[in-house]
Amino acid sequence: MTTHDQDTIYDDSAPSPGLDPSLPGNDPYGASVDDDTEGARVFTVSGGDWNDLVDEATALHEERIVVNMGPQHPSTHGVLRLILELDGETVTEARAGIGYLHTGIEKNMEFRTWTQGVTFCTRMDYLTPMFQEAAYCLSVEKLLGVTDRIPERASIIRVMMMELTRVNSHLVALGTGGMEMGATTVMTVGFRERERILRVFEAITGLRMNNAYIRPGGVAQDVPHGAVDMVRGVVGEIRRGLGELEMLLNENPLLKGRTVGVGYLDLTGCVALGVTGPVLRSTGLPHDLRKSAPYCGYETYDFDVITRTGCDAYDRLRIRIDEMYESLKIVEQCLDRLQRTEGQPVMVEDKKIAWPAQLAIGGDGQGNSLDHIREIMGTSMEALIHHFKLVTEGFRVPPGQAYVAVESAKGELGCHTVSDGGTRPYRAHFRDPSFNNLQAVAAMCEGSQVADVIVAVASIDPVMGGVDR
Amino acid sequence: MSDESKDPKHLESGEGAPVPDKETDTAATRTDDDPQSSDTAQHTGGGRVVELAGADSEPVQIGERRGMFGATRGQDTTGYGGLVTPTLLPGASPRPYGGYYDEVADLLATALEEGPGLGGAVEKVVVDRGEMTLFVRREHLLEVARTLRDHPALRFEMCMGVSGVHYPGEAGRELHAVYPLLSITHGSRRIRLEVTCPDTDPHIPSVVEVWPGNDWHERETWDMFGIQFDGHPALTRILMPDDWPGHPQRKDYPLGGIPVEYKGGTVPPPDERRAYS
Repeated sequence: MTTHDQDTIYDDSAPSPGLDPSLPGNDPYGASVDDDTEGARVFTVSGGDWNDLVDEATALHEERIVVNMGPQHPSTHGVLRLILELDGETVTEARAGIGYLHTGIEKNMEFRTWTQGVTFCTRMDYLTPMFQEAAYCLSVEKLLGVTDRIPERASIIRVMMMELTRVNSHLVALGTGGMEMGATTVMTVGFRERERILRVFEAITGLRMNNAYIRPGGVAQDVPHGAVDMVRGVVGEIRRGLGELEMLLNENPLLKGRTVGVGYLDLTGCVALGVTGPVLRSTGLPHDLRKSAPYCGYETYDFDVITRTGCDAYDRLRIRIDEMYESLKIVEQCLDRLQRTEGQPVMVEDKKIAWPAQLAIGGDGQGNSLDHIREIMGTSMEALIHHFKLVTEGFRVPPGQAYVAVESAKGELGCHTVSDGGTRPYRAHFRDPSFNNLQAVAAMCEGSQVADVIVAVASIDPVMGGVDR
Repeated sequence: MSDESKDPKHLESGEGAPVPDKETDTAATRTDDDPQSSDTAQHTGGGRVVELAGADSEPVQIGERRGMFGATRGQDTTGYGGLVTPTLLPGASPRPYGGYYDEVADLLATALEEGPGLGGAVEKVVVDRGEMTLFVRREHLLEVARTLRDHPALRFEMCMGVSGVHYPGEAGRELHAVYPLLSITHGSRRIRLEVTCPDTDPHIPSVVEVWPGNDWHERETWDMFGIQFDGHPALTRILMPDDWPGHPQRKDYPLGGIPVEYKGGTVPPPDERRAYS
């Protein structure tokens, strides 16, 4: 079906302020012209001229100052723009401006096959690629009606990869959060431990990030020889590193001074704003989709849902640390199961969905397994046709819609997919937890100090790749 | 969800069956003047099954597919070019819906008795792939939303955003807004609301006053689909720049892109490549 014709293409040649020299404000990158700043002085701060600026600002005798923090600012977690209205040091109004990293991933997915969609959605929240992949694949499998036919080993690998991703994401949350408060050691320890997980990802999927490893029907390929032992070693190393982080953080008076009671959001606020994940669990509500609506066989794993009752940034940080221990516990259970299921399939039986080839490392790095190429090129014309059609054309998905939610490191990650019976998603929408949780910035920050805004935002742990998609 | 395996209508095959796996005989045997289905909407007590009056159990056609292999560009030389297959989305489901869905429908019917009634507010209930979708008439959306959130036995206290879908082929109902609801109180129960509006009158009441967390989600859906959520506190663009023309996720909005040249060969942009959808 063609998706558009010539008449409906939007005309973007109409004059817009900034690009048309006849309109005011002919610098396209300059300050916007339509903002309501009449009669107000505007200062642009680029560092180095603070004293002049402060003198100038105090000379105005103006009480109300609006500070535009970001979108390029080292302590706003990526291209997040915070618009703060200040009265002295107190934030009277906080607004978050987003959209600076919008890349149209959802629209792009409508122009690729169902399998290629994984390659796109893995890039949304770049710290939790496996969760997007899992949510997307689970919803495609629901549309296909093959949920019950996913091999056990594939689900075990998915769970293991998701839990390693959770540790990975939490380590970055703590590391960058610590750095924003000035604790660079926390950052270096966090990133050092994260590096171990990225090495595991590289060994198993071939890529450190943006893995596109979980596919509709299973996973791209089985874990390589020796991966189980490698992961087992890494789990032990990360446990030691987490102990180091705990010693740095848990009872650190400076950290507690900065985080206890900061970014307060209670259960009522969380539920009203649809906030999930560690922020919701810091209010004492043990809501975790892995327990309440299990998927991928989570009901068979032994782990605890961590809750605390402080509703503040400190408790969210402690929850993240404890959740990492729980995740490592799950990873170890996965490893035992992987050893038990050695040699079992990792892709659904249906040859109309499963990609025909397993990947193998060739002379040029990566490629299809030589056995498969020998078969399709030398012996079976039908296998060649099948391979070609499935890879270029993809499989068809019966019309309908599905919504599947998984517990990402940041909260409920939902994937709403609609099929029109074609080989491509008719619509794929991701309910990213960071997107939703960022709405809580105003509730957490208003009335607090400017410095607390940084802590509050870090405790939400937003990743702008996921927020803007 | 866990109900999926128990759902009798659950699709068995991964093959692209053009017609959704529905019990077509119910559609054939049930007529509009069937007394069972026309006047039971008012009765709710005594364990009586509430059927929606006149709910159309026929599948909904949103488009059609030509040919056999999904090729959309150039001449179809396969000889199958005359084949036309309608693209059908599942229609209204008959009772029982399975799982807790019957309970939810009954409770909602009882709660709405004072007002529009279930038949007045909900045009049809679709249970497909183990998920329940209530198609709510837009004028009753707020009432239904408030009931679903506040009724102690329903208590869908979380709305997980709103996702727009554009069906240019469904005349008069081109734009759909889909609200996934979650009830933590009742053990992660999930249902879905779907509201439609025509392209010519793209207005849907905002549910921000019921679920404040939907603020940004509705802004995103406005930004991407042009659905105007009436009553939203500040319905402005959120992902695209403020002065952006058009709504990018609509099907009539092109993907855009430039051809890619590599080693002398040229690959057209993704939406102009050969496709088999």
